[in-house]
Amino acid sequence: MSILFEHRQSAHCENGVVSNLLHHQGMTLSEPMVFGIGSGLFFVYLPFLKVNFAPGFSYRPMPGRIFRKLAKRLGIRVRHQRFSSPERAKAVLDEKLDQGIPVGLQVGVYHLTYFPDEYRFHFNAHNLVVYGKAADDYLISDPVMDYTTKLSTQELQRVRFAKGALPPKGHLYYLERLPEVYDLERAIKKGIRQTCNDMLAPVPIIGVNAMKWVARNIRKWPKTIGVKKTNHYLGQLVRMQEEIGTGGGGFRFIYAAFLQEASTLLRNPALAQRSEEMTAIGDAWRDFALNISRIYKNRKSGDDVYEQLAQQLLDLATREKQFFMRLKNDI
Amino acid sequence: MNKNEVPQDKGSLAKKNVHELCYAVDENGRYTAVPSSGWEAKTLALNESLKLIDERIAMTKSAVLAGELSPIAYYMELNRMDLPLLANYVGMHRWFVKRHFQPRRFDKLSTKTLQKYADVFGITMAQLKSPIR
Repeated sequence: MSILFEHRQSAHCENGVVSNLLHHQGMTLSEPMVFGIGSGLFFVYLPFLKVNFAPGFSYRPMPGRIFRKLAKRLGIRVRHQRFSSPERAKAVLDEKLDQGIPVGLQVGVYHLTYFPDEYRFHFNAHNLVVYGKAADDYLISDPVMDYTTKLSTQELQRVRFAKGALPPKGHLYYLERLPEVYDLERAIKKGIRQTCNDMLAPVPIIGVNAMKWVARNIRKWPKTIGVKKTNHYLGQLVRMQEEIGTGGGGFRFIYAAFLQEASTLLRNPALAQRSEEMTAIGDAWRDFALNISRIYKNRKSGDDVYEQLAQQLLDLATREKQFFMRLKNDI
Repeated sequence: MNKNEVPQDKGSLAKKNVHELCYAVDENGRYTAVPSSGWEAKTLALNESLKLIDERIAMTKSAVLAGELSPIAYYMELNRMDLPLLANYVGMHRWFVKRHFQPRRFDKLSTKTLQKYADVFGITMAQLKSPIR
């Protein structure tokens, strides 16, 4: 049995799942729209939390937040369920599929058999949609893939009950009710306002301040932890920024796309201007990633390399600070 | 990023014929989604990370062959896990798991415990106990 479900590829898994589930119910929101209204743009630095032997950097908020914010702002009712028993988790999934409801799942990446080996890390906040069952296989629409895939019952149970940080515990969700009327303009404004507040938050681990902190640490690292570890940390930063799911430049380009769409919807030309500025900032982030990768390529070392990288990140922080202050005024 | 600037380097995604979506500006200044087959800069960053994992595996392997660690330590690295994660998967406290890294204690483990480890690593118990290659 299979539900007629349109698979549309997206840059980021969470936006993609949300956008596809809504589209299935006849509510069309583009991926950038979902990302913008859900306030997906973020930066957080968690130096005390080690991920993959490097400190935690992230260009996005906690998994699930984009969807929660979006649902709240548009009045969509979503049902979330977690399970302690894998059998029960499977039974509920099968029941929903029988009712013809496509179901979103939170899964661990490591055991996803259709992923290239290089991308299989123990990361538990990936999202995908199950839209049917054929014999023993579940039909999977993974929004970061070009095409739909399949997972056997056993494989699916394994990824649904992956362990480690942020364990999915069989987490599944589906749309229960869509609003009859919703105020898109207001939702967009709320989303933008929150992103501005997040990025300008007066705490050291979030937003622009976190970027500055990372920049200061890049200066210090070669002396305190050695060049090898510094390079690994920087590699982690690049991966979080550019790896599968960000749409390039640490989500900056998706956000610029959102601002462009919002500008038309709100008939606010200032936002189109901001969109162009955000594109330029995204390009600067890519230059930053490129410069980091040169360290591996040329085996270039010496303190001045790290000094330059730190300065580059500091400049980005300053630019984004001014940007979000202007954006806040435009709304 | 302009549409024609979206990198199309051969990355690790290309092997499985997977593309990822990038957002870029077209000739009219409108945003569109463009599939990308990879970017050298991030492939380099990814390879650096994979190299580190390979180094850790090689180091653990020689320690196992030298009789300093049990095969559990090797398979843990091979599965890209760390101690807390492995402990979480087998459902034991990490102190116990760490003790099972000692070859002397590993030899005394019950079939039940060994089976737990073998299941987590996706191998048979015989494989877990046999010398690693």
